[in-house]
Order: sequence, then C-alpha cells, then structure tokens
Amino acid sequence: MFDLLREMLSYAFLLRALAVGVMVSLCSALLGVTLVLKKYSMIGDGLSHVGFGAMTVALALNVAPLYVAVPVMIVSAFLLLRLRQSSRFSGDAAVAIISASSIAVGITAASLAGGLNTDVYSYMFGSVLAVTREDVILAFVLCAAILTFFVLGYHRIFAFTFDPDFADASGTHTRPFNMVFALLTAATIVVGMRVMGTMLISGLIVFPAVTAMRLSRSFRGVTVTAGVISVAAFVIGMIASYAFSYIPAGAGVVLANLLFLLLASLVGRLRKTG
Amino acid sequence: MLKVENLSVALGGATVLENVSFSVQKGEYVCIVGENGGGKSTLLRAILGQVPRAGGTVTLTEGKIGYLPQQSTAGADFPASVKETVLSGCLGALGWRPFYGRAEKEKAERVMKRLGVWEWRERSFSRLSGGQKQRVLLARALCAGENLLLLDEPITGLDPLVTQELYQLIDQAHREEGWTVLMVSHDVKTAVTVADKILHLGKTVRFFGTSEAYLASDLGIHFTGRCCEHV
Ligand SMILES: Nc1ncnc2c1ncn2[C@@H]1O[C@H](COP(=O)(O)OP(=O)(O)OP(=O)(O)O)[C@@H](O)[C@H]1O
Ligand SMILES: [Mg+2]
Repeated sequence: MFDLLREMLSYAFLLRALAVGVMVSLCSALLGVTLVLKKYSMIGDGLSHVGFGAMTVALALNVAPLYVAVPVMIVSAFLLLRLRQSSRFSGDAAVAIISASSIAVGITAASLAGGLNTDVYSYMFGSVLAVTREDVILAFVLCAAILTFFVLGYHRIFAFTFDPDFADASGTHTRPFNMVFALLTAATIVVGMRVMGTMLISGLIVFPAVTAMRLSRSFRGVTVTAGVISVAAFVIGMIASYAFSYIPAGAGVVLANLLFLLLASLVGRLRKTG
Repeated sequence: MLKVENLSVALGGATVLENVSFSVQKGEYVCIVGENGGGKSTLLRAILGQVPRAGGTVTLTEGKIGYLPQQSTAGADFPASVKETVLSGCLGALGWRPFYGRAEKEKAERVMKRLGVWEWRERSFSRLSGGQKQRVLLARALCAGENLLLLDEPITGLDPLVTQELYQLIDQAHREEGWTVLMVSHDVKTAVTVADKILHLGKTVRFFGTSEAYLASDLGIHFTGRCCEHV
C-alpha cells in the first residue's frame, strides 16, 4: 500500500488531488459534526447539487467555474438556512426543491452546451485530473481558516451545537454562527467538488461525523475522531481508486467511508454487549 | 435585584405577555405558576433578552443569571460528556478568551462535586436518566450565574424521590449560598411551600405576592385544586 502511495505521489496531479482532498476531508469532517448534530446535513446535500448546477452553467457560458459557483453557493447557503428557519416551509422540502431545480438547470445548460460530455461527467463524480495549483492554494486557505475557527471557537461551537438556547442566554449570538457554518460549508463544497464530484461530496460531510459518534461519547472525542477518520478514508479511497482503475476517486472515498462506518457500528455493538 | 416594568411581548403576531410588572428582591425565592401557554417561559426568555420586547423594561441591578431552559430535545443523542456540559455553563465568563482558564475549571469542579455529579463526569450526557440530566443542567446553570437562577420547570417529568432531591439542591443553593431563585413550576402545591412569593401568570400578572396570600386568594384556592377537596 505504501509503495502504491509513493508511486502516486510521483505524479504531480495526483499529489495536488491528494493535498486538496486531505484538507477538504478534514474541513468537511469538522463542519460535519455540527451539521449532523444540528440536523443540517441536508444543507450540504442541497449545496452540492447547487454546485453542480452552477458548474455546468459556467461550462455552457464558457466562464471560469468558480466565478459562477462561489456567489451562487453563498446565496444558496443563506437561502437554505432561511428556509430551514422559517416555519412556513419544512426544511427538507426546501432542500429537495432547491436540489432538483439546480440539477434541472444544470442538465439543461449541459445539453445546450453540447450534451453530457466528460466535463459534466467529472463534475458529477469527480476527477483527480481537474485539480489545479489554485485549487491547492484555495484548499490551504480554507483549511487554515476552518482550523483557526474550530480551535479558537471550540467552546462556543460546542455550546452552540449542544444547546443554542442556553448559548444565546450566555451571550454567544447564535445567528452569526449559523451564517458562518453555512458559508464555510459552501466554501468546502466548492473546493472539494472537483475531486469528489458534486454527487458525492456531501458524503464527506456526513460519514465521518456519524462514524465518530459510534466510537466516542464526548464532543471533543467525536470531533477529533471524525477528522482522523475522514483523512484516513480519503487516502485509502484514493489509493483504491489508483489501484483499481474502474473505481472513480470520489466513489472510492465514499466506499472507504462506508467501510469505516460499518466497522465502527460493529465495534460500537460489540462494546455494548461486551 | 430584578425589576420588570410594564413588559409586553408579542410573538408571531400574538400578544403573549401584556403589561407585566413585578420585582424580585435579593435572596428571594419566587415561583412562577400558571396555565400552559400562559407565557412563563416567554417571561424568562424576555428577562434573558432572547425575545424582542414590544414594550416595558427589564432591569437587573446586580449579578449574573444562571439559566435552566425548559426541557427540550437539546442534547438528545448528543455526544457530550457531563463534564463538557457543565463546563459549557462558564461560556459567558469566557469573554474574548478562546479557552477556559483555571478559575472556570475549578468552579465547574466545585459545582459538580456539590451537586453529586462529579462521579459521572466522563459519562455521556445523553445516556443519563431524566433526573440525572436535570441535575447536570442545574450544575451548568450554577456555573453560568452568580446569584440569580432562572429555572424553567426543572422538576417536570421526574419521579417523586428525584423531585425531592432536586428541590433540596435548589433550596441548598438558595439558603446556603444566597442564590435568588426564579422558578417556573407546575407543581403548585410544593411551590407554595418552598417559595417566598408566587407569580401567577396568564398573559398578565394575575397574582403576585407571598405564598400565604396566594393560598388565601381565590385564584390560589382554585389553582392548587383545594376548591374541590371537600367534595
Ligand atoms: N416562537 C414563538 N412564536 C410564536 N408564538 C410563540 C413562540 N413561542 C411561544 N409562543 C406562544 O406564546 C405563548 C406562551 O408560550 P410559553 O412557552 O411562554 O408558555 P408557558 O407558560 O411556558 O407554557 P408551558 O407551561 O406549556 O411551558 C403560547 O401561546 C405559545 O404558543
Ligand atoms: Mg414553558
């Protein structure tokens, strides 16, 4: 396995994909703990579909994908949060509406631009070839921002996630926290979707948190475990996809995450009975 | 130490509180009673500044509030240890610092030991029983405040024995450490025995005075269910 890894690292594009992926995995795992616990994980799912729509529209218009994706995703993140908080609309219905609309727009744009070509395919399921040097820099900046936010804001994030009512009463304003989380999630999805694919990136947010909750009972434990598991699953998934060329990178990573989840469930069950 | 004057609150277009005025002196133990939907929780949230006020003022002349919210789904199935939960009560003392210092950790430890939750500190909060959870949340509230406790139905849903224990812990904080207590309760019969004063809320203040006066009032007689006892 390590020989394989060494071989992979000799390719510059794989190195870039690995670097971006490892950083994005860490970010999404950290965000995922709070999103899953607050039952906001569908927002990640919704945003990734919006990402697909935005990317294909950019492709059809022949502009740089990020210029379209970033503003659209930020607006959608706010919109999704709003819809979640308003009582007129049930949150998951709002996510489903936004997801389906984005895909419809995306597919229409794609067929206008000449059908489902390899570019569109790689937007959906990820491609390690597409990662540029700018993506690496972007991932690094994002990762640094999220790590700083989590280290310095750890206790507030805990209180905000655990009991927003109480956190609010203690003078931590919860509204900006929601916004910051939505924005960071949007940014993580934008940076990660080229490698992981828009259909699979939301798995990166949900899996590690759910797996870690099987293994640890403290918030600190879950946060750290989720980060470690996410990075490990990403590397293993990439190696698998390199070794078996029929597994796309994004799929490999999600399958590795699934494997970890099954193992963790088993461990959790054994621990309970044993 | 707490003065509420002509407080009005409207939520979702409906008036929930109207012209509520009362004041709590330092060291008093006040119970808020009233029908479901009478605005008791809303009053506490208005005191905390969590809901917008349509009118009136709330003045807290001294001290810091420790709050125990009405039982919610918060924390259900949440991976948090008891220690993490209690320590999060010190959040308000954090200011601009990112981490808890020795003072907060010592305070949390002291409170946990006093409330008998120190032994559970590594346990998962979500796996505690209802009574154990309330004990931990009381500890968190004691960490958060300095001398004013706002408790929203701390004993609802607990068995008689655990209820008794919790009353004792609150009483202890009140008597021995001088906490001023403002507690919402549906257990009116006990409320009148433990509290100095009763506030009966039903959109407005329907009664505010000593427990004895409440027991003697028509409203008190009715609400404590003694109107029908001789039947
Ligand atoms: N966020 C909200 N939006 C609209 N109406 C609300 C909101 N919160 C509370 N209300 C309404 O305000 C009224 C008072 O609610 P509150 O929770 O203060 O009652 P309560 O006295 O605490 O009741 P209970 O004894 O059941 O806890 C209720 O009619 C409720 O429907
Ligand atoms: Mg209430």
